[in-house]
Amino acid sequence: MIEIDEHLCKGCDICIEFCPLKVFEKSEKLNRKGYYVPLVACEDECVGCRLCELLCPEFAIIVTNE
Amino acid sequence: MEEYRHRLMDYVREEIMPHRFCTGCGCGTVLNAFVNAVEGVGLSPAKMVCVSGIGCSSWIPSPYFRSDTLHTTHGRPIAFATGVKIMRPDLTVIVIAGDGDVAGIGGNHLIHAARRNIDLSVFMVNNMIYGMTGGQVAPTTPYGVKTSTTPHNNVEPAFKVAELVMTAGASYVARWTTYHVFPLMESMQNAIRKRGFSFIEIVSQCPDNYGRRIGLRTAVEFLHQFKEKAVRIDKTAGMSEAELADRIIIGKLCDRERPEFTAELHALTRRIVAALKQEQPA
Repeated sequence: MIEIDEHLCKGCDICIEFCPLKVFEKSEKLNRKGYYVPLVACEDECVGCRLCELLCPEFAIIVTNE
Repeated sequence: MEEYRHRLMDYVREEIMPHRFCTGCGCGTVLNAFVNAVEGVGLSPAKMVCVSGIGCSSWIPSPYFRSDTLHTTHGRPIAFATGVKIMRPDLTVIVIAGDGDVAGIGGNHLIHAARRNIDLSVFMVNNMIYGMTGGQVAPTTPYGVKTSTTPHNNVEPAFKVAELVMTAGASYVARWTTYHVFPLMESMQNAIRKRGFSFIEIVSQCPDNYGRRIGLRTAVEFLHQFKEKAVRIDKTAGMSEAELADRIIIGKLCDRERPEFTAELHALTRRIVAALKQEQPA
């Protein structure tokens, strides 16, 4: 399961670009600071490699393997 | 909100998050990798002292990492860390600072700490510029780059800091980029465990103050460039210097055993004190 903490995200798009399975997508949704937060588009594809969690400069992505 | 809490938030000063690094700054990724490495080693932040200097990357431990920190003057984090380690050899002392701090202004402290082989872990975040102060040329800025103090071209070649530290005598030296986060995290764990001077150069992105001058405006463009330019050290054997000029050599440069400074110093002190006591019985 992938959770994105919208309050922490600064919309750098690293997760969208570097997820090997392209789980994330750019969304139209702005957070309260005016950044476009990513959208977890195809969560079923996720294999839980945690690359996004570790690449995220903001601690905004939480991957839980279930 | 509580259920979405990051598993490593206990290591970070959550009350001041989100941090003040720019969008896509590599310092955030380094903080993330560092926190993961500390958790991986199983080290308690109560048994650590983090020392940093001046610059964006010096903000990684102070204030964001939840341990005792020393935020010192520009270029002197290794000098302060040497003092901490000598007085409290039981603590793990970690220096996280930038290239301007460690290699530029504090370059002499760096080579002499490596020569002494004092048990510190130095993580140098190399964004190739003085980012916080407005993008001035640093000793790590590549040749030919335009910065705010070299508006036409930088005519100085860049410092190869990891190679310098290896030659100076450090026990463990590696270089990674913020794209290679998993090996970086593992390398940080090895550096923390290593007894002796361990040094990791982390090539990092600065989209706001360096990237916009060289045409890489986002962190994504930077990470793609790191991915393309990186070459593993074991694959460099057949490559000429000209081929390697524009590449980033990543990997472990050395991992060796050498006598450690604080252990040697304290053993010497004990020996002299014992000899003096024998000479002058109370």
